[in-house]
Amino acid sequence: MDKIKSFFARLIRKDVFKTLLTSFSCALVGLLIGFIILLIVSPEASLKGFKTLALGFLDVPTKYGLRLESFAKTLTRTAPLIVSGVAILVAYKAGLFNIGASGQFTMGVFAALFMALVWHLPWYLCMLGAVIFGGLYGAIVGVLKAFLNVNEVISGIMLNWIGLYFTSMIIKQNSTMWDSIKYETIPIERVSPGSLIPTLGLDKLFNDYKYITIGIFIAIIVAVFYYIVIEKTTLGYKMKATGFNKNAAKYAGMKEKLNIVIILALSGSLAGLSGALLYLTGIENWYCPTNVPSMGFDGISAAFLGGLSPLGSILSSFFITHITIGGSRLDTSFYSPEIAKVVTGVIIYLCAFVLFIKDQLNKRILKKDRELGLELLKPNDNGDNNIKEETKEEESIVPNEPSLKEEEVNK
Amino acid sequence: MEEYKIEMLGIRKEFSGLVANDDITLQLRKGEIHALLGENGAGKSTLMSILFGMYQADKGVIKIDGEEVNITDPSVATKYHIGMVHQHFKLVEIYTVLQNIILGVEPRGFMGFIDMNKARKRVTELIDRYGLGVDLDAKISDITVGMQQRTEILKMLYRDNDVLIFDEPTAVLTPQEIDELMEIMRGLKKEGKSILFITHKLNEIMAVADRCTVLRKGKCIGTINTSDTTIEQLSEMMVGRKIDLNIEKKDPTIGKEVLRVENLVVADKVHKKNAVNDVSFNVRQGEVVVIAGIDGNGQSELVYSLTGLSLVKSGHIYLNGQDITKVSVKRRNESGMSHIPEDRHKHGLVLDFTLSNNSVLELFEHKEFNTLGFINQKNVKAYTDQIIENFDVRSTQGASTISRSMSGGNQQKAIVGREISRDTDLLIAVQPTRGLDVGAIEYIHNRLIEQRDNGKAILLVSFELDEVMNLADRILVMHEGELVGEFEYNKVTRNELGLYMAGAKKDEVNAIKEGKNGQN
Repeated sequence: MDKIKSFFARLIRKDVFKTLLTSFSCALVGLLIGFIILLIVSPEASLKGFKTLALGFLDVPTKYGLRLESFAKTLTRTAPLIVSGVAILVAYKAGLFNIGASGQFTMGVFAALFMALVWHLPWYLCMLGAVIFGGLYGAIVGVLKAFLNVNEVISGIMLNWIGLYFTSMIIKQNSTMWDSIKYETIPIERVSPGSLIPTLGLDKLFNDYKYITIGIFIAIIVAVFYYIVIEKTTLGYKMKATGFNKNAAKYAGMKEKLNIVIILALSGSLAGLSGALLYLTGIENWYCPTNVPSMGFDGISAAFLGGLSPLGSILSSFFITHITIGGSRLDTSFYSPEIAKVVTGVIIYLCAFVLFIKDQLNKRILKKDRELGLELLKPNDNGDNNIKEETKEEESIVPNEPSLKEEEVNK
Repeated sequence: MEEYKIEMLGIRKEFSGLVANDDITLQLRKGEIHALLGENGAGKSTLMSILFGMYQADKGVIKIDGEEVNITDPSVATKYHIGMVHQHFKLVEIYTVLQNIILGVEPRGFMGFIDMNKARKRVTELIDRYGLGVDLDAKISDITVGMQQRTEILKMLYRDNDVLIFDEPTAVLTPQEIDELMEIMRGLKKEGKSILFITHKLNEIMAVADRCTVLRKGKCIGTINTSDTTIEQLSEMMVGRKIDLNIEKKDPTIGKEVLRVENLVVADKVHKKNAVNDVSFNVRQGEVVVIAGIDGNGQSELVYSLTGLSLVKSGHIYLNGQDITKVSVKRRNESGMSHIPEDRHKHGLVLDFTLSNNSVLELFEHKEFNTLGFINQKNVKAYTDQIIENFDVRSTQGASTISRSMSGGNQQKAIVGREISRDTDLLIAVQPTRGLDVGAIEYIHNRLIEQRDNGKAILLVSFELDEVMNLADRILVMHEGELVGEFEYNKVTRNELGLYMAGAKKDEVNAIKEGKNGQN
């Protein structure tokens, strides 16, 4: 018994395990709240509805290979989300919140569609175009941040809209791209099949589901690649140093301004790639929405639910796509179509609590360690160290005195 | 039976298993100056926090005027007329002295408006009574630190506080201002106020305190009359062993010039004047040049411009004969400069990095640690282990300890170790011992001197006169962005230095400068 206990005690102190634990519990709580919402809206259909939601493609009947098709669809839509999640976390590791990922995604979609529909270029060039376009668009945010001190969230949000209307303007005026009757872009398949990401026979595996492509592998490779970049390379080291403490990065001689531009360009290029991975499959056509596409925002959830690890975001992206597809299959005679979005929205937003829960977990572990006489973490030989840290924070003893810190006043 | 103003009896406080205060007894007599002595982390702050009701003691009682009281929160402490001057003042910079004094307890007049005349009358009375001359209508941002401290004292007096607590009050003052403060404290004592004086400076205790309570590692070592003790005894009580901060050092063997600064001007970020104004000096191999001065006289800006963290307005910086005025931080690092920064949390460390990642902060792109863009973790760890061993850096998990979890002293040792290990021609150290306990200070001082004896050039910026006198081969005094004096280490007294630091001798210096120019 003690053995199991100590094994668990050691396990829970492993960072990977902590992340997995918190992510899973968040997903579970999200599903639970989703269930409660279903219960409130329509009690009699809630169990069945929950089953549909939670099981996703597994709930689809196997008849005629429908389940296989649904699985393929989940994979197809997972791919861009993985990359979008990596886009967010790459920036986040460097202390930047790239909420402009949606705009960069839009630019990526635009570049990919333009090169496919107008120039009929092969898929890899279209993809490269999306990467470059997204990257350049991300670099704008970076330049504004680094050299003009514009907050990346503000400029990101504004550029989201600019990108959206700019692309709509060009696409809608271009009859080689825009089908004004169907009010969406012309299917790539019709004009330039070579611009679609190849399936390499995957469609045969999935009951001739034609939208499944090697995109999912590209996404996984990209995630693994960025995992290595962040953890093992000097570039990742620089990124993290800048993110944790940009003053120290500057002190150490890193070009922290250039780093910001590079990182946001990288993040943007990933968001652009995410756009290409979705629209170069032909699974849907771009209808020039009047709202910023949600892929960039979903990437935030994927990144956080994945514990801010590229590998984690592979799993989290699959989960998010899974319940999204489940949600879209909810019985509309009991639930209005929006309910699916509400439920998945709640689940996705709960995912953002991962860091919070992890933080709490860390605090508890620390406390336990101290109470247990610090069996696992040997204390410093000069035991007063921790007290020092603690008392320092409390140094300012202000009895009922309205006071302002110097810095605050200077501001 | 003796009459005590405040008694803290058998106080014990734990923080999740760690004992910060262990059975501490502190008795403050009416009308005495009582010093509370201890190193950083000895439990002084915790004890005061308990007195102020920020924390509740786990055990022990607090008595005020012989009656047991329960101080549940800071407002209760205020009710018992306990006041405190913090180390970092709590003043509103854009308000005048008078406005700051009455802040929170403004006298109300007609229709609830503030009755400034009434306030002014009372404050003026207090000033006359205690001899605390200060210009009531000056803005806080325009007056000296010494005057700001007087404002804080007036704040306490205005609130009729009988118990005045001074938290390290002399850390920011010049020697002259310290003498004045001592005088003020004696005056307050004469008027019947009880003073608790928190410090780790022994000579001040001997000068002004009646009794002294010593804490060490959360325990009360004892209370003694200062008339019955010596500095040596106090220091041994505080540290637990004999400490000798007076370093025996050889005469310097001076080599060629390493750093030369010519007519350097650095703009001030906030004000219109120059933070560093026309500064020229040099540092040679094998010597420690110390820039003395009070905090905020342009030292930080000078160092930032030397190390490339901020831009230079005009002038030149030469390192080993090469002009590095406009060169990037990285190039400066590579051409032989290392820098122990003033603020170890802001610049010195990436706190969320492990110790090993921090120890290659400047070197990670170096061949040894970088194979085709990949970090060579094996070499990094070996390098870190070496620093840990050479510089006695203590941590829970060695090289893989997250820096944030280490104590301040060990963080500083890690930085000092990292910078010295780079073995550069020039080492710039700013306040390398700030906030450290005596043992760590001794250690770092010795390592700096060792570097000097190895023929390195060392530029040290320090606000502590003891440190200046101990380490310097040559002393430059900085005041309001200008160098106002240069001395060989044994050709100047502490008092003289103090006068230069306060800018009192500036006119003389300028006269000499002009005279020189005239001759040329």
